[in-house]
Amino acid sequence: MGPLVLLIVLVVVAAWVIAAYNGLIALKNRTLNAFKQIDVQLKRRHDLIPNLVNAVRGAMDFEKSTLEAVIQARNQAVKVNATGPEGIKQISQAENALSSALQRLMVVVEQYPQLRATGNIGQLQEELTSTENKVAFARQFYNDTATEYNTKQQQFPTSLVAGLAKAQPADLWEIEDQGEKAVPQVDLSLKPKT
Amino acid sequence: MSDEGSLNLFQQQDANRRRTVVLVVGFVAFFAWLGFGGDYIYYLLTRDAPRYAYHHAFPWFGIGLSLIAAAIAWYAYRTGPQKVLWSTGAREIVEPRTDQERQLVNVVEEMAIAAGVPRPRIWIVDDTDPNAFATGTDPLHSHVAVTQGVLDLCTRDELQGVVAHELGHVKNLDVRLMTMLAALVGAVALMHDGTSRVLRPGGGSSEERKPSPLVLILLVVWIVSWILAPIIAQLLALGVSRKREYLADAMSAQFTRNPLALATALQKIEGAEAPTTHIKRGAAHLCIADPLGRRLTSHEGLFADALATHPPMAKRIAILRGMGYAQLKHERS
Repeated sequence: MGPLVLLIVLVVVAAWVIAAYNGLIALKNRTLNAFKQIDVQLKRRHDLIPNLVNAVRGAMDFEKSTLEAVIQARNQAVKVNATGPEGIKQISQAENALSSALQRLMVVVEQYPQLRATGNIGQLQEELTSTENKVAFARQFYNDTATEYNTKQQQFPTSLVAGLAKAQPADLWEIEDQGEKAVPQVDLSLKPKT
Repeated sequence: MSDEGSLNLFQQQDANRRRTVVLVVGFVAFFAWLGFGGDYIYYLLTRDAPRYAYHHAFPWFGIGLSLIAAAIAWYAYRTGPQKVLWSTGAREIVEPRTDQERQLVNVVEEMAIAAGVPRPRIWIVDDTDPNAFATGTDPLHSHVAVTQGVLDLCTRDELQGVVAHELGHVKNLDVRLMTMLAALVGAVALMHDGTSRVLRPGGGSSEERKPSPLVLILLVVWIVSWILAPIIAQLLALGVSRKREYLADAMSAQFTRNPLALATALQKIEGAEAPTTHIKRGAAHLCIADPLGRRLTSHEGLFADALATHPPMAKRIAILRGMGYAQLKHERS
């Protein structure tokens, strides 16, 4: 009787270890994949910016500095050759700078109605909004997935297998600028709508 | 929050996979019952027939009907989404032509990123009443459709909320169950219409002997199941969609982090009184709001619970508002 019970306990424990290990690996891969999604969206944004700048350059002689800032931030962001979640600090710094530069440009475009009337600025504005949203949502999805991964590997009893699965806490994508954090999402719909 | 949410998600996915299997098995079993029941009754009727008359010994009906039902279920699984889209007259947006269409495509792409699912195919229903639905069999083969009314009435943020709600249905596999249900309900209605014509009295030729009471009872039960089939199918469709609307609303809030936008969108959808004429009864349970404009949706209770496809809009809006204010409070502290 004794050996049988022991065997059953061993089998159950082994089954749990395998399941926990596989769960951690699956989460790790999902986190990596979520990070790749951010990369894809950032690349898209880098490709879009030259077009955007060319489209507004003619009409925007008066706001040269804003445009210059965007171009510079974009070039800085492209130059960062860190990849993967390890380089997240470097990437996020450059990209956040680019985000704020773009934000300023958006505000400028808003300020000049005649600019919006010319050509396809309206379309470009939509594209820019969408690009910024895509980056933001990819980031959000990455942060959610990474948080899930981090929680799982730190929680008992999965934490016992974390070393075996070589699980390291993944860095989250920090958003430093409080203003930037609020931009894509909060509608400030606190005022009652009729 | 994300941990709890994902647990919920996997449970919901599993439940939906299981329920789809139960639905298909139940569908085939029901037809098997109709077929083999008919065989048995026919067997009892012909058992005492003279020696050289026809004896119903082999269950042709049962085997035939079961095979037909299995074929229908398979066909429904393969073509269900297309059939649903076709029944609403939706047109697919491949290359966006207007600013509105471009915005819709962008919003769907954004929400697909937020939900972590592949971009679904995008359709527009030319109906001025705001409504939206999703269909498909899994996140790789999914479709999101909105009416022209949604595009006209909603702001960009509200459109995000609506699309995110639909992607919530896609992600937790509601679409598989609900599309299967729509296709099978349609099949039952069609079969019923066709076969009740055949079954109508006057077709038979036997008035020679009085059948035994057992045969009579079986016959009654069997005929009653034929009559009830479409009603049961309808009730199934009703019961299946109410609870999951709350969950899809919550998922929308998780994807957009902006529950208040969905709340105002639902308010606008509710405010537009007209029914969505392009969306027929068979696909009603797929929609974000009841397309038939039934006022039942505004109540909750035994009666409404049994007959409405959607939970009360006021309650959904109240829940979303609660989430929104909690979030704002959290951000300020």
